Amino acid sequence: MQALTNRAKAVDRKPMTLVEKLYVWNIFKGMMITLRHLFKKKATISYPEQKRPFSPVFRGLHILNRDEEGRERCTACGLCALACPAEAITMEAAERLPGEENKYREEKYAAKYEINMLRCIFCGLCEEACPKDAVYLSETFAPSNYQRKGFIYGKDDLLIPNPKDNPGEYWKAVGNRKANKEQGN
Amino acid sequence: MADQPKLFKVTIDNITVEVEAGTSILNAARMIGGDVAPPAMCYYSKLKGSGGKCRTCLVEVSAGSTADPRPMPKLVASCRTNVMDGMVVKNITSERVQDARKGVVELLLINHPLDCPICDQAGECHLQDLSYEHGAEGTRYEFPRRQFEKHNLGPYIQLHMTRCILCYRCVFTADQLTNKRVHGVLDRGDHAEIATYIEKALDNDFIGNVIDVCPVGALTDKTFRFKNRVWFLKPVDAHRNCPKCSGKVTLWHRGDEVFRVTGRKDQWGEVQDWICNDCRFEKKKTSDWVIDGPTKVSRHSVISANHYVDTVKPHEALPEVMGGRQPRLLMNIHSVSEVNKPTIDLSKIQGPAHSGDFKKGE
Repeated sequence: MQALTNRAKAVDRKPMTLVEKLYVWNIFKGMMITLRHLFKKKATISYPEQKRPFSPVFRGLHILNRDEEGRERCTACGLCALACPAEAITMEAAERLPGEENKYREEKYAAKYEINMLRCIFCGLCEEACPKDAVYLSETFAPSNYQRKGFIYGKDDLLIPNPKDNPGEYWKAVGNRKANKEQGN
Repeated sequence: MADQPKLFKVTIDNITVEVEAGTSILNAARMIGGDVAPPAMCYYSKLKGSGGKCRTCLVEVSAGSTADPRPMPKLVASCRTNVMDGMVVKNITSERVQDARKGVVELLLINHPLDCPICDQAGECHLQDLSYEHGAEGTRYEFPRRQFEKHNLGPYIQLHMTRCILCYRCVFTADQLTNKRVHGVLDRGDHAEIATYIEKALDNDFIGNVIDVCPVGALTDKTFRFKNRVWFLKPVDAHRNCPKCSGKVTLWHRGDEVFRVTGRKDQWGEVQDWICNDCRFEKKKTSDWVIDGPTKVSRHSVISANHYVDTVKPHEALPEVMGGRQPRLLMNIHSVSEVNKPTIDLSKIQGPAHSGDFKKGE
């Protein structure tokens, strides 16, 4: 039969000679490759001690933002839940009572806000849909867990630390990308 | 033949239609339907005397009539101008109209706050649709918007005066449906506001209809306030035997809970039948109603997002395979999730939920 391409090789089924049967040369060739890699630059890093920098466009774990006075920005408008293709976001809204003005920015706020990280595909559409700059995706990823219930993130898990009480933690959570953007404004 | 009404031939956007004498241009255009019908924020076909206030329905009349085919010099409000025989009207085919409408939308939005994320009307708001279609992207207005003292209109109706565009629809509704109107427009110009003057609750049996006629979120249902967004709810046509009204309503469902009851709206966003307060605010159980079927929602409306009609539930094969045994539930979502707690029924809370309502269930 004629080969379709000229790269085809006929299989050589000749019995091996004694030198070939000893494999010494072939083992030596293989060991040379292994030895050469010992002195090459490693492609991996030892992860928990060393961490790679995230790309500035990385879309990781969600954060619910606060404004400069520490009030929650989210007003439970539901646009993130509407935009979410995986239907991972749910929320329940409540009305702000007199005296809660220092906690919530607007008259309406999200009393409950939940993202199911098992459903989330980290597409970032919620961040794009948000009219209040309240939800954005940070440069971390969801830590692994042994149980499914650990992946259902409520408001306690998502809310950024208060910049008034805890500015250090706040700026750490804000991350590079967001901080650069805010300084640029 | 003699007592047959005289029909006028009128051409709107190159489509000719025959209408009775005394029909307004807007209603003639609505007979053609589709994009030809000019938008209307203040005109309401079920309310006598409405219209002529918002100027969104402006059209160009390029020929007045067969007898006098001169064009009208200025754009006219189509809800208040009657057709003449041989009239030629331009709506979407006229650039002047499109430009003027853009200006009108900008004017309406000057004092309208940008609080759609908070507003309960968002998703079914006529001003939102109008500005999306005709408005400019940004605002040129740099000054503080109107501020008002908050008025309490009772346990059922929530007034947000900052959102009002002074269309007077609610005033006409109260005039024509109730014996005694207690609210109206006070003051003039920039200070004009809808109020009751002396703090008074609106408590007529049919006063809830002002919520349906309001084209913006100025008058909203307090029993539905902040409970859910309209596009997460499923509208269903339903009826009940009501001694006061026709009882034909639209229920806004989420699961089995009825979150809101409104009148049935037609394609122009106008209610088909007025409904009473009992139907609107008190009957918030599915068992109170006979369900007729899902409401037809325009495909382009956000309310139709993620709603699927004629879906077939897949056949549950597991119990058959497992000899009648149901599959064991390994994780109950209510034990993990904070939302949709079985102990908190948002639809049963009178008025908006507060922080205390959510603490109760814990």
